[in-house]
Amino acid sequence: MRLPLLFVTLFFSSAAFAEVPFPSTYKPLPPESVLLQNATILTGDGKRLDGADLLLVEGRIKQIGKGVDAPDGARVIDASGKWVTPGIIDNHSHLGVYPSPWTEAHSDGNEATSPNTAEVWAEHSVWAQDPGFVRALEGGVTTLQILPGSANLIGGRSVTVRNLPGRTVQDIKFPGAPYGMKMACGENPKRVYGGKGRAPSTRMGNVAGYRSAWIAAADYRAKLDGDEPPKRDLQLETLAGVLAGEILVHNHCYRADEMAVMLDIADEFGYKITSFHHAVEAYKIADRLADAGVCSSMWADWWGFKLEAWDGIRENVAMVEAAGACAIVHSDSDIGIQRLNQEVAKAMAAGRRVGIDIGPETAIRWITLNPARSLGVADETGSLEVGKRGDVVLWDRDPFSVYARAEIVFIDGARAYDRGDPERRPRTDFELGAHTGGAR
Amino acid sequence: MNWRLTAAAALLAAASSHAAAETIAITGATVHTMARAGTLVDATVVIVDGRVRAIGSGVSVPDGARIIAGERLVVTPGLFDAWGRMGIVEIGAVDGTNDSTAEDSAYGAALNVTDAVNPRSELIAVNRIEGVTRSVVAPTADGHLIGGQAIVINLGGAGDWLEKSPAALAVQLGERGASLSGGSRAAALLSLREALSDARDYSRNRSAYERGARRAYARSRLDLEALQPVLKGEVPIVALVHRAADIEALLRLKREFKVRVIVSGGAEAWLVADQLAAESVPVIMDPLVNLPGSFELLRATGENAARLHAAGVTVAFGTNDSHNARNLRQAAGNAVARGLPWDVALAAATVTGARVFGIDSALEEGKVADLVVWDGDPLELASFPVAVFINGAAIPLVSRQTELRDRYLRRPDALPHAYR
Repeated sequence: MRLPLLFVTLFFSSAAFAEVPFPSTYKPLPPESVLLQNATILTGDGKRLDGADLLLVEGRIKQIGKGVDAPDGARVIDASGKWVTPGIIDNHSHLGVYPSPWTEAHSDGNEATSPNTAEVWAEHSVWAQDPGFVRALEGGVTTLQILPGSANLIGGRSVTVRNLPGRTVQDIKFPGAPYGMKMACGENPKRVYGGKGRAPSTRMGNVAGYRSAWIAAADYRAKLDGDEPPKRDLQLETLAGVLAGEILVHNHCYRADEMAVMLDIADEFGYKITSFHHAVEAYKIADRLADAGVCSSMWADWWGFKLEAWDGIRENVAMVEAAGACAIVHSDSDIGIQRLNQEVAKAMAAGRRVGIDIGPETAIRWITLNPARSLGVADETGSLEVGKRGDVVLWDRDPFSVYARAEIVFIDGARAYDRGDPERRPRTDFELGAHTGGAR
Repeated sequence: MNWRLTAAAALLAAASSHAAAETIAITGATVHTMARAGTLVDATVVIVDGRVRAIGSGVSVPDGARIIAGERLVVTPGLFDAWGRMGIVEIGAVDGTNDSTAEDSAYGAALNVTDAVNPRSELIAVNRIEGVTRSVVAPTADGHLIGGQAIVINLGGAGDWLEKSPAALAVQLGERGASLSGGSRAAALLSLREALSDARDYSRNRSAYERGARRAYARSRLDLEALQPVLKGEVPIVALVHRAADIEALLRLKREFKVRVIVSGGAEAWLVADQLAAESVPVIMDPLVNLPGSFELLRATGENAARLHAAGVTVAFGTNDSHNARNLRQAAGNAVARGLPWDVALAAATVTGARVFGIDSALEEGKVADLVVWDGDPLELASFPVAVFINGAAIPLVSRQTELRDRYLRRPDALPHAYR
C-alpha cells in the first residue's frame, strides 16, 4: 500500500487530530497480474479508448493503451466486445447505517435527538454485514461514502469505505481518506425538530442553527491555536476540522434558493461546500454552482415525493454538466446503488434529447472521477490512470445499456467479484441460511 | 390467464369520445402487437379517427395522412403499471394531496379510490409522455387490513379516464397485515376469514339484516356489500405479501372461499412458483427487489421474475408507487438481464398487467388506439417515445417538467426566468 500514513498526517495535521482513532485495517485481496485485452475503455477522466488494453499489477494500474504485453503469469482476459470503466463510486449511501433488513433495531443513520450532532460518526453505526454492500459490488461499486441521515442540520461525520467485504467497519475504511460532514437543508430538519416542538421549525430556524454552530466552531478553532487549548469537544472538533479544510462538507439540499443561502453561509464563515446532495433544482443555478466550484450530487429522475423535490426534471444532471459545473450521480438507495450506470444512461439520454450532447466518456465521470474528487480520494481512485488503485469494472457490453452487467469487479487489482467464478461471489454472514438458489 | 372479463362496466370506457378526426400513419416500424399477429417488421400502422384501422407490412398509407416515420421506430401497446397510485398522490409528503390511505376511516373494503382520482394530476402528464398509458390505482392498504378497492385508469387526462371499477380488492398481509390486525399474522388471516364469511352470511340474509334480525357483523353494511363481487369471483383479492409462508396461507384462504387472488410484491414467490402456477395465481412485482429488506423477504432475488415465468406463473410489473411509473421499462430491461425472455418482459410491462385485470390492450385492427411509438428498443435507457396515443387521442408530449426544463434551457436575456 502506498502512502496511507502520509495521507493521514496530511489531512489531520493540526494538533487536535494528531492521533487518528479507529484506524483503517483494510487489506486488499492478494493481487493478481491481470491484462484486459481489446476492450472499449472509458478512462473516467474524459477519454474513450477503443480496442485497448489495461494491465493491473500488484494492485495498481500499470499500463493502459494498445498492444500492452502480458507479464509472465498474468491472467489474460479477452475483453473483445466488452467495456472497461473505473470502479463506480457512490458518494451518497446509507449502507450499513440503514442496512437490510430494515428494522428498528438496525435504524442507526439519524441521531435525531439534537439538530446539531457534529460529534457523531457514521462509522460507529456501520454494520459491515449489510447484504447491500455485496449487491452494490455486483453492480460495480468499489468505493462509497456512508453518510448520516438528514434529520439534523449537522448530522455528523461520514466515512468513505472500500467495498470489499470486511468483518468490521475498520476493515473497510478507505485508508487515508478525509472525513466528510453531513449537513441538511430544508424540510427534514424543520419537520423532525418542529414536530418535537423545538427549533428549528422553519427554514429561517435552520439557518440560525447553522450559523450558531459555526460561530461556536470559529471560537473553538481560535482557542486551538491559542496558548491554552480548550477541553476536547467532539462536536466542535468536527466543525473546526471543516473550517480548517480537513473535513469535506456534503450538504443535503434540494432547492436552488436554499443552495444559494448555504453558499453565502459558507462564505460568511470561510468554509467550502464540497457537494450539494440531491440538488434537485441545481439546473436553476448551475451557473452559480460552476462559479462557486461546488459539485451537485443528483439522481437521474427522482421527483415529487416531497414538496422540495417537486421541480425535479430529467435534464438536471446534463444541464449542470453543460454549465461547466461538477456533476455527480449518486444513489441514496440500496437498490439504486446497484445500477448507477443506468442512472447515468438515463441522464445522458435526457440531455441528448434537448441537444446537450454528452458522450459516454464524459458521462462516466459522474460516477467515477467526480465523486472521487468530492471524497478527496481522486489521487487514489476514480480514473484509469497509471499508478492509481486497480479499481476496475469489466462490463459484458456498453455499461449504459439496460442489459449490461458487471462481469468482473476488481478492487485493488484483485477480483472482488467475478460472475463466472463461484469462489469470487462473496456473501455476507447475514445471507447464510437464506438460500436463494445461487443468485441475487 | 384466461380470466373472463368481469363486470360489464369493464367495457364502459372502451368507446372513446376523445378520438381526433385525424388520419395517422406510422411507417417502417417494428410493431410488437402482443396479439396473435406477433411482431411485424417494416410495418405500417394506420390510425383513423382514434382507431387502429390497419396494421401490417403491406398496408398502404391513406391520402392526407400525417406520417410518423423514422429510423428504428418501434410500436408497442402502452406501458401498464399493474399496481400503482397514479392520480391519488400528488406529493407523497404533503398530506392534503395524498389520498392513498384512509387509516382513520371506518371503512375498509367499501372504499373505492375512484372519487379520489385527479385526472389532471401533474404525474399523469409526466408519465404518459414516457409511454405509460394505463395504471391500476390502488389504495396502499396501510390503514386497514382490507385497504379498499383498486381501479384501472388510463392516462388520457380529464374525460374518459376510468377503465374499470372495481378492479381488485387490496389486502395487506405479512408483517404489516399482522400489525394492522393486533400483532399476529394469525389474527390477520382470521380477520379476513371473518370478513368473507360474514359477507357470505349477509348476502344470504339481507332482509333479516335490514330488519335487525341477524347477528351483528364486525364490518359495516357497505363493507359487506363490497365483498360480494369478491365472493362471486368477479373481483380478485390482490394481497400485498412477500414471504413464501404468507403466500401459502393466502392460497389456503383462496381454496377455502373459492376467491380469486393475485400476489403483489411476492419477493419470495419463486419459492412457491409451482403452487402459484397450478392455481393460476399471477404475481405483480418489481423485478429490482433483490435485498432482504425485511425478514419477510430474506430470499429476495433479482431472478424472481425469470424463475416465476419458467415455472409457468403469469408475471406483471407494478411499481407500488406513484411518480416514476415511467421507469417500468427499465425494470423490465433489468429482468431481461436476469433471465426473463425479452418478449415476456415487454409483455409484463404492458399487456400482461392489463390482462390480469381483464383489459385487452394488445394491438389489433379495429381497436381504439392505445400505443406508443418509440425511437428504439423500448426497454433501453436511451429510447424515448416519439408519439403516444391514449384512448384514441395523440398525447401532446409536454408536462410541467418539460416546461421547467425549457424555461431554464433558454439563454439568459433581458428578462428573468419568470418571464420566459
